[in-house]
Amino acid sequence: MAKYQMGTYDVIVIGAGHAGCEAGLACARLGKKTLMLSINLEAVAMMACNPSIGGTGKGHLVCEVDALGGEMGLNIDKTFIQSRMLNTAKGPAVHSLRAQADKNQYHIEMKKTLEKEPLLQLKQGEVVDLLLEEDENGSQRVCGVILRTGSIYRAKAVILATGTFLGGKVFIGDSVYESGPNGLAPSTELAEKLREYGLPMRRFKTGTPARALAASLDYEKMIPQDGDPEITPFSFMNDQIEPFGGDQIRCWLTYTNEKTHEVIRANFQRSALFGGQIEGVGPRYCPSIEDKVNRFADRKRHQTFIEPEGRYTDEVYIQGMSSSLPEDVQDAFYRTIDGLADLEIVRPAYAIEYDCIDPLDLKATLENRTIGNLFCAGQFNGSSGYEEAAAQGLMAGINAVLKMDGKEPFILDRSEAYIGVLIDDLVTKGTNEPYRIMTSRAEYRLLLRQDNADLRLTEKSYQIGLASEERYQRMLHKREMIEKETERLRRMVVQPDVINPILTEAGSTPISSAAPLIDLLRRPEITYEMTAPADPERPALSHHEQQALKGPIRYEGYIEKQIRQVERFKRLENRKLPQDLDYMSIEGLRIEARQKLDQLRPVSVGQASRISGVSPADINVLMVELERARRSK
Amino acid sequence: MEDTIAAIGTPLGEGGIGVIRISGPQAQNVLEEVFEPGGDGGSLTGRRLMYGRIIDKDHNHIIDECMAVFMKGPKTYTAEDTAEISCHGSMVSLQNALQLVLRKGARLAEPGEFTKRAFLNGRIDLSQAEAVIDVVKAKTDRSFDVAISQLQGGLSLKVSEIRTMLLDLLVDITVNIDYPDEDIEEITYEKMEDNIVLISEKISGLQETAHTGRMLREGLRVVITGRPNVGKSSLMNALLRENRAIVTEIPGTTRDTIEESVSIRNIPIHLIDTAGIHETEDVVEKMGIERSKDAFNHADYIILVLDASEELTEEDRMLMSYIGGRNSLVLMNKQDLGMKLDPEEIRAALPSCRLLPASIKNGTGLDELEDEIESLVYGSNSPREDHVMVNNVRHIHLLEQASEDLKRSLQMIRRAEPLDFIEVDVRSAYDALGEIIGETVSDDILNEVFSRFCLGK
Repeated sequence: MAKYQMGTYDVIVIGAGHAGCEAGLACARLGKKTLMLSINLEAVAMMACNPSIGGTGKGHLVCEVDALGGEMGLNIDKTFIQSRMLNTAKGPAVHSLRAQADKNQYHIEMKKTLEKEPLLQLKQGEVVDLLLEEDENGSQRVCGVILRTGSIYRAKAVILATGTFLGGKVFIGDSVYESGPNGLAPSTELAEKLREYGLPMRRFKTGTPARALAASLDYEKMIPQDGDPEITPFSFMNDQIEPFGGDQIRCWLTYTNEKTHEVIRANFQRSALFGGQIEGVGPRYCPSIEDKVNRFADRKRHQTFIEPEGRYTDEVYIQGMSSSLPEDVQDAFYRTIDGLADLEIVRPAYAIEYDCIDPLDLKATLENRTIGNLFCAGQFNGSSGYEEAAAQGLMAGINAVLKMDGKEPFILDRSEAYIGVLIDDLVTKGTNEPYRIMTSRAEYRLLLRQDNADLRLTEKSYQIGLASEERYQRMLHKREMIEKETERLRRMVVQPDVINPILTEAGSTPISSAAPLIDLLRRPEITYEMTAPADPERPALSHHEQQALKGPIRYEGYIEKQIRQVERFKRLENRKLPQDLDYMSIEGLRIEARQKLDQLRPVSVGQASRISGVSPADINVLMVELERARRSK
Repeated sequence: MEDTIAAIGTPLGEGGIGVIRISGPQAQNVLEEVFEPGGDGGSLTGRRLMYGRIIDKDHNHIIDECMAVFMKGPKTYTAEDTAEISCHGSMVSLQNALQLVLRKGARLAEPGEFTKRAFLNGRIDLSQAEAVIDVVKAKTDRSFDVAISQLQGGLSLKVSEIRTMLLDLLVDITVNIDYPDEDIEEITYEKMEDNIVLISEKISGLQETAHTGRMLREGLRVVITGRPNVGKSSLMNALLRENRAIVTEIPGTTRDTIEESVSIRNIPIHLIDTAGIHETEDVVEKMGIERSKDAFNHADYIILVLDASEELTEEDRMLMSYIGGRNSLVLMNKQDLGMKLDPEEIRAALPSCRLLPASIKNGTGLDELEDEIESLVYGSNSPREDHVMVNNVRHIHLLEQASEDLKRSLQMIRRAEPLDFIEVDVRSAYDALGEIIGETVSDDILNEVFSRFCLGK
């Protein structure tokens, strides 16, 4: 087949899912001529599974992506049809925003944004091979891609964000066929090439439930789930947002029952999962319904949410019910669920297996170790979820550009962002199943709140040149407003006769003499809003400012404690390790530690200490060795 | 550059004097927190060795007399601010002093850490680097081995049990936080409180054994005192006769005392008879008292022998006043010759001490004395049950930390504070216990979440 040159770019992004979109936009916005390739442009920012963005931990990621100048937060703010803040009673650090999206609109808005981005070019095409060359040290690095059509595009860096397209294989009962998500064509050749070039490839699997027609549901038998009356935007650029196309849309809650489980049990052997056809590893936190019935046999029921897929479609998503059972069994078991008796399935549930990489083959910048200038993001790195993908896409994009420009890499550590936790977990510890972020993975959770993501991150991104001037100014303004208001509250003294009626009504002990208002705000039963009548001087704060004000006031002591822990943590994080360190020749290190360190090449002593197989004794030896090396220079 | 570290700088059980070394930016603060200068006062500057006392100010308790010095960096071994406290008391008081230092903001040094810091701060030259690596590695590895071998017994099992209880609780909290929409039981404040109270009790149980464990390992220093001819030597001989004598590695601290080691009810006891002080010196009233005081400072327990057939003498009273609040027992000997002592007067002088009537000649009172020693070591822990002992400062320190964390979490629960703050303390306690058994970084919480709860999209 004839091959021909089609052009030269700074960066090529393979894939236009949630990782690809952020990667492409970041590169283009940082001034790089960027080509974004997708097998099918209808798949741009496609939400192939659940119709929602955010949730615990994931909401934090979206806010962080936004704070860094990414697109996900803005896009969901434009296209949501229901919004809820989860965990409001469980403490400010775990407040988690989740919005139901109009899937089609989400795709349309993101595609529009890509199309309008001056340096970004979106093209339909399947990459079948990478162009490689040798760098000055004789190592291989990527310099372009080859499409199925024979087109060759050259670039200084390539970002892989292939999602479930790469080597995609769909399972419905004993029917197994090569396919990408949602019936789209898979990428069949690229994965073989990557194996050939020495990338440590593996197979993961995931699944999605059936979509059905809303008109076939009996709403009398289900419990309605409404959105919040007051909506918090994801993006720090938005103060107030309205649902796409009208009022918020309801979700519905219903349950499986013994009959459902009987049907599923009777057909276990017809499930691809139990039939042994699937070799990929699936996520434990997202089991299929047959897996749930099997593993939790004593459960009488499992809940499911019915979630609309959009405002202008009748399709609904049946949450919690992914399956690889054949279609007739799907019909039968879904219809045993309360309210789903006449269910009409329009897209059957399926399991999908795909090729991904062992993320230990990645640097903290998400650059591949085996092939230089090849950056990787999203499901390709062994993660799962739109938000996890977006976060990696953004970081891969930024780092591809920084490397190209010969600048210091941009790495967030575990104390700075959930993004840091996510990437550090992946590249330092690796993962044996599709990785999902959770708030319990973050050690310094009290500091990593949604409400302060901009205060933590926007300045860093602004310095790189990604966050806009407007975004930066908004953050500075917010910071100033919060500092001023905190200081004012510290000085503000309330008299018993003014505040006691408010305290009594909240069930809180009245005060006998005048007290600083800030002390009263530390009581769990008292909120900032509640005390407004006793505080006539109070300035008007924006929604974001109010959200970010409260946490640090109530939990001052705890937050200070975590700040001290972070200082200790940072000491090891800041002790950088040279990338050319010859670990194999350090005598004091145990053999296993030498091999692990040689393979992973951690950026800091802190990262080294988190590698499994590296002991505290090895870390001590390493520190002494570092000092020796420094002195002999 | 780092946090402040502390450790006992002299080999354990090999001398009467022990040195606690503290190094790091907080060294001076820590020293000031635990040290009270004696005599003419003065300040802890200028590398001057000062006499004073180690005091647990929180409990108003004197731990030991000592000498202390503060040396400002960089002209110190580690090149950091360094403090040294030389205790001349027993191993027990040395350990107590170290624990106090740790409570006041230092952390226990890792093996070889002082040497490592000395090197990293440029105090040791390049040619010694290899040696430093060897030392650091050998010491760390060895301590790891020791830690493991110490854990072969029941301690690791006990700690694991408690830790599993904490894990159960953490899993419930985590799943409540991370899966707000799932069909799972909501965790209540009552449940958390009940669990934490129960777990805290288990930890205090282990903490109580710490005292016992240490005494069993180090042995108990028991000083027998009293004026001449009240029956000190007879007591010593009786105890030696009835019990198995053991060979000790700890030599007597002064030539004036007679020291014997004996195993009483399986407890190693170092018996010190101050006989020599009174009977070989000429100036009894002056020197004798001084030396007795010194012996008291080394003692875990003092037995004052009185002659019950006579009234209290001036010398008896003086000894009682020097014993003061120390752990002690008064043996009212020679009951066979009648009882002329006034117990009330003794109680007035030594309010917290036990009075025991005895006749060593007739063999009465000795069993009660041994009971007393036994209960001193075991406290409320019966020695006959399966007794797991905590006897390592690091372990004691970590247990204390876990117990503090849980105390704080209880406060938070009782104030009905939200889950994510409660989780911080519970997790911190979990991690502290994990350090004892060498399990820190792990995904066990998430693993349990996934295996116990049915979650998913």
